[in-house]
Amino acid sequence: MVPFFFVYFSLVSIVAGVLTIAFRNPVHCGLALLTLLLHVAGLFVLLNAEFLFAVQIIVYAGAILVLYLFVLMLLNLKTEERYLHARYAVILFAAAGICGELLLLVLRSPFGGLKGDAPAEAVLKDGASYAIGIKMFSDYLLPFEIVGVFLLGAIIGAIVLAKTPTTVDIEQSDR
Amino acid sequence: MVPLSAYVAVSAVLFATGLIGVLIRRNFIIVLMAVEIMLNAANINLVAFSYYLESMAGQIVALFVIAIAAGEAAVGLAIIIVVFRGRLSTNVDELNLLKW
Amino acid sequence: MFELLVILIPVLPLAAVLLNGLLGSRYSHDIAHRLGWGSVGLSFLCAVGIFVETLRTGVAREVVAYRWIFGGDLTVNLAFLVDPLTCIMMLVVTGVGFLIHLYSVGYMHGEEGFTRFFTYMNLFMVSMLLLVMGSNYLVLFIGWEGVGLCSYLLIGYYYDRVSAAKAATKAFVVNRIGDAGFLLAIFLIFVNFKTLDYTQVFAQASQLSTGMATAIALCLLIGAVGKSAQIPLYTWLPDAMEGPTPVSALIHAATMVTAGVYMIVRNHVLYDMAPVALTTVAWVGGLTALFAATIGLVQTDIKRVLAYSTVSQLGYMFLACGIGAYTAAIFHLMTHAFFKALLFLSAGSVIHALSGEQDIRNMGGLRSKIPWTHALFLVGTLAIAGIFPLAGFWSKDEIMAHAFTHGQYVLYAMAAIGAFLTAFYMFRLTYLTFYGRSRLDHHVAEHVHESPAVMIGPLVVLAVLSVIGGFPGVPPESGWFHHFLHPVTVAAGGGEEHGAGFGLVATLMVVATAIALLGWGLAHYLYSVRTEAADNLAARAPGAYRTLLNKYYVDELYDFLFVEPAKRLGVVWDWFDRTVIDGIVLGVGRLTQSGSAGSTWIEKHAIYGLINVVGYANHLAARSWRRLQSGKVHHYAAIIVAGLFILVHLILVWWSGSSGIGVASR
Repeated sequence: MVPFFFVYFSLVSIVAGVLTIAFRNPVHCGLALLTLLLHVAGLFVLLNAEFLFAVQIIVYAGAILVLYLFVLMLLNLKTEERYLHARYAVILFAAAGICGELLLLVLRSPFGGLKGDAPAEAVLKDGASYAIGIKMFSDYLLPFEIVGVFLLGAIIGAIVLAKTPTTVDIEQSDR
Repeated sequence: MVPLSAYVAVSAVLFATGLIGVLIRRNFIIVLMAVEIMLNAANINLVAFSYYLESMAGQIVALFVIAIAAGEAAVGLAIIIVVFRGRLSTNVDELNLLKW
Repeated sequence: MFELLVILIPVLPLAAVLLNGLLGSRYSHDIAHRLGWGSVGLSFLCAVGIFVETLRTGVAREVVAYRWIFGGDLTVNLAFLVDPLTCIMMLVVTGVGFLIHLYSVGYMHGEEGFTRFFTYMNLFMVSMLLLVMGSNYLVLFIGWEGVGLCSYLLIGYYYDRVSAAKAATKAFVVNRIGDAGFLLAIFLIFVNFKTLDYTQVFAQASQLSTGMATAIALCLLIGAVGKSAQIPLYTWLPDAMEGPTPVSALIHAATMVTAGVYMIVRNHVLYDMAPVALTTVAWVGGLTALFAATIGLVQTDIKRVLAYSTVSQLGYMFLACGIGAYTAAIFHLMTHAFFKALLFLSAGSVIHALSGEQDIRNMGGLRSKIPWTHALFLVGTLAIAGIFPLAGFWSKDEIMAHAFTHGQYVLYAMAAIGAFLTAFYMFRLTYLTFYGRSRLDHHVAEHVHESPAVMIGPLVVLAVLSVIGGFPGVPPESGWFHHFLHPVTVAAGGGEEHGAGFGLVATLMVVATAIALLGWGLAHYLYSVRTEAADNLAARAPGAYRTLLNKYYVDELYDFLFVEPAKRLGVVWDWFDRTVIDGIVLGVGRLTQSGSAGSTWIEKHAIYGLINVVGYANHLAARSWRRLQSGKVHHYAAIIVAGLFILVHLILVWWSGSSGIGVASR
């Protein structure tokens, strides 16, 4: 069962990813990205990461994507005639070549390393949320707080950037 | 049992897709979306390794990545709005003020 | 059911606060005041239910409304402790509060901000109920700060009047001093017990060292002194009379100012372990009782006399706490709530009748014009003076008797003199207001009218309570009241004991009555029989009279000691900022300026040449590289990708296996 779901989720993810960068209409791109995000969330479930699954759907699919679509609607972009880069074929080939080699390299390398302290049975006993919570608020408390500060900065930055320019700003930009 | 390398391969393909998207698309918003694809690819990698190496650290970092993505989306879109207000365009090629 | 009732008691007024506060402007005053007194009335009914239940079972119960803080060492619930002491306080607060709310409907009729008034009053009820019902120090503290806030808001109710705004600020600031002490006490308790629950703290109290117990008790005392207007923090209470009269009756006489007494009785386990603190409490109370009474002798504002009388009566309660008569303190708290609310509200009725006149020198002869108010005020006066068998007699006599039988003769003497003075100034007030020749302004005199039924009704109830309110405490020290409170006020080890024989008690009662009658007689002689004698007396001792009239110049002393130095410190810092700090800043600026003038010359002639040469060389070199800086984001992204690719190659191909960087082998 798990391999079947893995194949399904990964295939749909990849197709949706390709469509995201291939669609002409930005709103269609957004919807393809949504499909991708939901299927990546499915992959998280296969990996015993229910908490990330929920976060992925709520934060990514729910909040971030809505923000994208909101901006798309706000700017009311028309679909462009030339939506790809002028020399996109060259770039595509170069990038595909690079990535193919990268893929080969990665798959050829040995995987492994020191095992951690959270075997699947232990995680499943109390649930991934519990395990993440304990870890997050003990060993990773400082990074967690820093992320909080970072988000605060992002909020303030976004507000300052996007706020309607005052008359003073307009005068300065005219100069 | 799905091998770890399968996840890594999916992650690598998605990452490449995102990368190509960043390079070939002219619409800045789509470029940001492509960046989101790359971040998701990284997340798959992190969570897969977290599962196979039996450590919660991967999932926590993935969580941080999602937080960073949220911040990046907010600031990035704010920048887009500002630029759009000034030039009525979201075309990346027209943003060449960095030249000087 | 029981728990629901307990939770409803503070929630009902809270609901009224929210409705009146948020939507009050949308509906009429009628709905607003009905919500106001209705919610308090329902709370009172709930409190009666709780009281009956507690009377039946006789056990203390804790009701957790909400798990509030839980983490680490600290667990605090929004919980209510229902024991006999809480029951008494709840009944007094909601009962007297309900009557005063009803009275306010008539008294505040037509005032601007009518809805605001009821919102604040209900908020006060919520805070006061939290204060008396809380089962831990943090809930107590919320209530404590809440009543302080409401007191501030209501003193400054007429905020367009400068004196009211100043009085409100003064009350707030002086209370802060007390609150700081209270907070320190809470911190000390937490550090020592790792909990803030009353029951747990009192259970572990015996492990405390005497020194620590004394420290906690003294810090609590600072808080109590601030809230209950005792020496040295009493100065805010007389000024607080700037608020509307129902506020003075509810907050500054019947309930809020007694919070300090309640707190000491609640914490008597800690005080019993700290004899030094207990003695301090007794002396603070005794001194305040006497001191405030002397000031009350000569004041001319009807509400200020009552305010000093309140301070003095609170002194009796502290005195009672200090000599270990906790039940007597609560008993006096209850009877005082009845008769002092009655006195304030009748005074309000007088002021209402005289269109706002508060100076008793401009009153007199009102007995025939407002007979109801006169009768009610007289009942209140008799009760506070301690005339047998009204409420004040029993409670005050019990405190004095306890002091005498426990060998505190000095405190007894102070209390006795205080009682004499109380009787004197209260009857002086009555005589000057209601008897003798009318000294009214004739414009005012034309409009003198009896208050409406909605004001007189609550007063009648309070008057009845002032008459019979003492009987639960009869016979002294073993009445029903004492048995009811017995589980709370008697500590595990020791506490109150009943020792005095009947003969001694009876003698002390006779003495107390004689003292009260003596005060009455003197007032009668000075202010009714030979009215010029009082002025003669004042003229013969001008220094003493003026000292009393100016309240011993304590306000001036505080101004001189604290307020003025603070202001002067402000001036000093202002000067420091302007001259020293600004000087430094400006000096640095000037230095830079002159320095830069010198360097400009060097720059122009020497450095520019050098820079130009470097720049030109760079320009030549960069001409070939500038194509890389296209300014296009795509190009930069491509370069980044290329760099990334190279790095990955380095790691995976050239270094893997040899150094192990990046990927560890299995």
